[in-house]
Amino acid sequence: MRPSRFVGLANYAALGDDPIFWQVLDNNFWFALGTIPTSIALAMLMALWVNDRLPARALVRMAYFTPTILPMIAVANIWLFFYTPQIGLLDQLGSLFGVASHNWLGEPQTVMGCLIAMTIWKEAGFFMIFYLAALQSLPPELEEAAKIEGASRWYFFWRVTFPLLMPTTLFVLVNATINSFKLVDHLFILTKGGPDNASNLLLYYIYQVAFSFFDTAYAATLTVVLLLLLATLALVQFQLIEKRVHYR
Amino acid sequence: MRIFEKRIPLLETSAAWLLAILWLSPLLYAFWAAFHPAALATHFDPLSPLTLANFEKAWTYAPFARHFVNTVMLVTMILSAQLVLCTLAAFAFARFDFAGRDIAFGLVLVQLMIMPEVLIVENYRTMSRLGLVDTILGIGLPYMASAFGIFLLRQTFKTIPRELEDAARVEGCSMLGVLWRVYVPLARPTYLAYALVSVSYHWNNFLWPLIVTNSVNTRPLTVGLAIFGAPESGVDWAVISAGTIMAVAPLLVAFLLFQRQFMQSFMQAGIK
Repeated sequence: MRPSRFVGLANYAALGDDPIFWQVLDNNFWFALGTIPTSIALAMLMALWVNDRLPARALVRMAYFTPTILPMIAVANIWLFFYTPQIGLLDQLGSLFGVASHNWLGEPQTVMGCLIAMTIWKEAGFFMIFYLAALQSLPPELEEAAKIEGASRWYFFWRVTFPLLMPTTLFVLVNATINSFKLVDHLFILTKGGPDNASNLLLYYIYQVAFSFFDTAYAATLTVVLLLLLATLALVQFQLIEKRVHYR
Repeated sequence: MRIFEKRIPLLETSAAWLLAILWLSPLLYAFWAAFHPAALATHFDPLSPLTLANFEKAWTYAPFARHFVNTVMLVTMILSAQLVLCTLAAFAFARFDFAGRDIAFGLVLVQLMIMPEVLIVENYRTMSRLGLVDTILGIGLPYMASAFGIFLLRQTFKTIPRELEDAARVEGCSMLGVLWRVYVPLARPTYLAYALVSVSYHWNNFLWPLIVTNSVNTRPLTVGLAIFGAPESGVDWAVISAGTIMAVAPLLVAFLLFQRQFMQSFMQAGIK
């Protein structure tokens, strides 16, 4: 190990000149935007269904939650096969409808969509349990009153349930955002950040810089950027928790 | 009006079921591939013969037995260290007044916000200075003083009435005796929830173990699976599926048996 030398802000200046850093941030933004709203909406829908009198409710709930307990690596191994050109499930399904074979993970246009779809599948069931807990704590009188008034299910959801679930939604939102920075395991199997960094995310880039390019100083700089991002999110989360206390 | 209202739930029931099938399909598919000959793994013929050959192959291609032992050792070591350290720290934070307690607890809260995954670069430097790279202790060490465990147990200990403690003190119980005979038994549900989350987390953890290990003797299942499943390894799809199923089986079985407990624990971990 070389002796440390103080370089001032040189490492931070390097951030500005590193196009991959900006691309990775941009990717992280799209990854977050692609995964968060959809997985939250699905989680809410799942919770509403599982909370209702659904036939074989326990089985359905189990199906939704199962992806949560599987390791990301195993999940990626399975999904890799869906995306494999020609023999993969996606291409097999496509060929039934006459769609040409596609290199889903090999093309910059489609690779992010593939990662997003898999992440939504992995996360939605986890977020569901928070909505389920929130729904179970809602007073049943609300629904009875709405029934007497003749409110439709749709109206009841948008005017009563949805606003009452707002604290949970905010909480899940922050957690989902933190996760979008944290989840990178699948990249090791599916894309290794490629093609041409089209699917690279910040934490994976930190790993590459530190352990493939062996630039520890720059990796530490990138870590500080990630820490700042997460600290900001943590502050937001803290504020939300404070607010939630007032609700009670 | 009645009929109209009844029709929507039926539609929704089908949608809920469809989504459930969709959600299970990747796992079901992995099972299908693992139990069928490689040549038939991609053809969905219900009559194709079942086989266990893929499991045998996976077991011999990669040192799965070794990976299993490593993961079990890792998970047990982390959990036992966490239980001891977090219990003692939480007890101190919940029931003792000492100089700098609030600052110390503030630091614990800071650690709660920063996941260890983020600090891979710094943690690796620390481990190499300690000479712990490529040891199971090196994988576990960053997680042992778990902020989440301290926080969770402190919350639980604080809800336990002081009178119980005072009664035990009057009977001549020492402070550690109080902890062991009063606090720990009353916090049993919290311990169970915490243990489930810790075991699942470390059974599934990948990034840090990947970085800090570099030999078969220390690599846990997830890292072994990643090397095994990499496209470069040239192993066919059916065998990879079999390996994947083997790696997730213990946790999956535990989840199927104790669903409710799992979901409650994961929720507690999420809310903090």
